[in-house]
Amino acid sequence: MKKFMFVNRKAPYGTIHALESLEVVLIAATFDQDVSLVFLDDGVYELAKGQDTQGIGIKNHSKTYRALDGYDVEKLYVERESLEARGLNEDDLIVDVEVLSSAEMAALMTEQDVVLSF
Amino acid sequence: MLHIVNKSHRQTTSLQSCLRLAQDGHALLLIEDGVYAVTRGGAATAGMADALARLKVYVLAPDLAARGMAAQLIDGVTAVDYAGFVDLVAEHPNCQSWL
Repeated sequence: MKKFMFVNRKAPYGTIHALESLEVVLIAATFDQDVSLVFLDDGVYELAKGQDTQGIGIKNHSKTYRALDGYDVEKLYVERESLEARGLNEDDLIVDVEVLSSAEMAALMTEQDVVLSF
Repeated sequence: MLHIVNKSHRQTTSLQSCLRLAQDGHALLLIEDGVYAVTRGGAATAGMADALARLKVYVLAPDLAARGMAAQLIDGVTAVDYAGFVDLVAEHPNCQSWL
């Protein structure tokens, strides 16, 4: 089993990155790999509560983050600095995450076998 | 003139360039990932205080709602729907999309 980290750095809907990352995460989980998801920079916006996409005609994929534990994907990490810079805290997020400092995040990243960036 | 920005001010320099070249009294419409610039957590780093003092600022409401940011809109910004977007384009003699 390899350690896969998915690094999410883009806001949802404006680009396809957030959705594509979720798709690949689910594939990796199917192959029984050790999967971590990391949210940095505007990527933290992917987890914002209260997303309502009815008005833009795009599927609300934020709910998928809640289904990840059903695929044994339970390691979700958010960088504290990115959250704070956007006036957000853990209570504003749709799922339970572990909030890490930049230094802790850097250490976690270094431990991985494969890092995929979105 | 109407300026339209669709990128996050933290990911690209589109908004920064727009604000540098927009003249006083021009209109600015934020859409897609551009809407984070008029949220409480984003306005300061986007330089919106200065922008609001000299431009008319609009935001596309469906894009705010999609991102879970509807309750985070700062004061002084007018939220519009798609029909309002069309009206803005029609009302101004020209427009610039800062891609």
